[in-house]
Amino acid sequence: MNPTLAQSLTQTHDEIPSLREILDTLTLQSGFNTNAVIIAATLLGIAAGIIGAFALLRKRSLTADALSHATLPGITAAFLIASALGFNARSLPILLLGATISGILGVTLIHAILSHTRLREDAAIGIVLSVFFGIGVVLLSVIQSTATSSAAGLNHFIYGQTAAMLTNDAIIMGTIAFVSISIALLVMKEITIVCFNESFAKVTGIHTGFIDALILALIVLVTVSGLQAVGLILIVAMLIIPPAAARFWTDRVRVLVLLSALIGAISGFFGSSVSALLPRKPAGAVIVLCAGSIFILSMLLAPKRGVVAQIVRQSTLRVRIAIDHILESKYEHPEQHTKADLTLRVMLRALGFTSSLSASSTLTKRGLERGRRVHRNHMLWEQYLISFADIAPSHVDWSVDLVEHVLDDQLIQRLEREIRESGLHLDHASQEARS
Amino acid sequence: MSTATTQTPRSTLDARPEHSADNPLSVHAMTVAYHRKPVLWDVDYDAPPGSLVAIVGPNGAGKSTFIKACLGLIPAAAGTVEFWGKPYKNARAKIGYVPQRETVDWDFPVSALDVVCMGLYRKIGWFKPIRKAHKAAAMESLERMGLSEYANRQIAQLSGGQQQRVFLARALVQNADLYFMDEPFAGVDAATEAAIIEVLRELRSQGKTVIVVHHDLQTVPTYFDHAMLLNMRIVAAGPVSEVFTDENLNKTYGGRLTLLAEASEAVARAQQGQL
Repeated sequence: MNPTLAQSLTQTHDEIPSLREILDTLTLQSGFNTNAVIIAATLLGIAAGIIGAFALLRKRSLTADALSHATLPGITAAFLIASALGFNARSLPILLLGATISGILGVTLIHAILSHTRLREDAAIGIVLSVFFGIGVVLLSVIQSTATSSAAGLNHFIYGQTAAMLTNDAIIMGTIAFVSISIALLVMKEITIVCFNESFAKVTGIHTGFIDALILALIVLVTVSGLQAVGLILIVAMLIIPPAAARFWTDRVRVLVLLSALIGAISGFFGSSVSALLPRKPAGAVIVLCAGSIFILSMLLAPKRGVVAQIVRQSTLRVRIAIDHILESKYEHPEQHTKADLTLRVMLRALGFTSSLSASSTLTKRGLERGRRVHRNHMLWEQYLISFADIAPSHVDWSVDLVEHVLDDQLIQRLEREIRESGLHLDHASQEARS
Repeated sequence: MSTATTQTPRSTLDARPEHSADNPLSVHAMTVAYHRKPVLWDVDYDAPPGSLVAIVGPNGAGKSTFIKACLGLIPAAAGTVEFWGKPYKNARAKIGYVPQRETVDWDFPVSALDVVCMGLYRKIGWFKPIRKAHKAAAMESLERMGLSEYANRQIAQLSGGQQQRVFLARALVQNADLYFMDEPFAGVDAATEAAIIEVLRELRSQGKTVIVVHHDLQTVPTYFDHAMLLNMRIVAAGPVSEVFTDENLNKTYGGRLTLLAEASEAVARAQQGQL
């Protein structure tokens, strides 16, 4: 805890920050201490983004959650033991050592439960997570009821206190970020093969146990070093959210790792800046909310995997099918009025398939051509189902309805070839299907 | 007694020189338990060089388990496995593997080419990047499986048959002398089946041995020259013309729960402390 920083922050908390203050903070010109906090949080974001990507690919995100919660009894026990032995109980290295030991103990226990019982992983993780956290809370209350006010700082490990980070912390975060980037570059292909296909990796001669231990060690590293800044409840969000958001944008491991690091960095940077400007807001939570916003935007807006893109694709297909149906029936029975509503009629006209908006409108040359093609695909598929897939003609129309619209040109050519080679004639087949 | 039924076929095995260093695979007295339940009992098997071997048997017969135990993916409770007379760790570079298609997450963010390159990781070595020459070799293998135009597709965008061919391409770049393939023909289209069988024959013509878990009994005589009929134990093994008889098939597939299966259940219950 840094008294100067805390003071300077409390003095500004009543006012909405001026544009000048915002610019100063974002360009790292608002004082040494604030800069250290922002840089440290950004570096933590990079490290967590990279390692979180590996955890996601190995499907170990929940293990990270259990691990972070399992650090609390270690922190409190380390405090109790250190004060009993007469050491400085608030010494950060001692507390973090305790956190590391009990975190690893928690993960070991999950594996022990999995290999000796028939419990599933989710149950094992839930049990370890809650029991360890429970022990930690009990020990914390013991400390608070007996020790002096110097014990109060332990609370910060639960919710985090980013503003308390100093230059030293920035250096530690920088080191961790450097280590994770180096490992990512060095063993990216080994991690990828183990995550994708463990049995094949083993046959190839890769020690999968070593890779798993490495991923776990990196998760421990990020969790423990992020405890002070983000807190043990929210640190897991920095491991899970950036890679999950990145996955929406890419189909390649390398890009995923890179984007995840970038999203982590942006969250760390803006989260800690906002919290420096609005000091009553805990930075850990703001960082996580930042990452969460990026996640929601990614989920909605990503071009291929995003929700909006999917909805657009589905509705486009629906509209295309509706239009195809109208064109096909108009092609077959030009004298009939369409049952299409105004919206569809406008679309037909806009696409140049009909000559007017009225329900009795005739097809243009383009419309006729399209209608003919849809009709032909329809018959091709019908014929294929009847003569090759042994489906009763009376059942054919039902299965044809969707398929004929999604066949690509290559498949249609193959259909034509197969039907031609078998000596069948389209017209004959379609009449048979209809009768 | 179930042991009596295993005696007859073993005589065909005895006729061949057992555990010769020429044989790519020699399995002796292998027993495997899965979650403490024995699934393979006392398996003896020798694969001759330059052969295509089909492993057939009903579901739960231990076909995949046999392959995995040979490759050390599942520990064997007893017995030895040797490759050209050497233990697995000294023969690894000469062994290729095609796992079951369903065992991986096909939504994983890699391209077809990335997956094929994995077959070269052993050659590339730790910490070293994938170079152009490696990618060229992987491309060549994809081309051989008729997939060159799909090289940069994410693997989820491939059909089931194409995914299976990607796995085959990955095994081919391993350039092994002995291949284990776990149900490569399961759920593939006709084009893929033809492509796979062509590759198998090519491998055999190069003197390589391929051991394939196979489900379609009808195609065994046309595709393979050796067969292993497995149902928790080896019912018969040898050249297809000798062992692929109605009698042996009945022994393999007839009678759902054999005495052996019941014994396995009992062993599992006892070891799990009557759970």
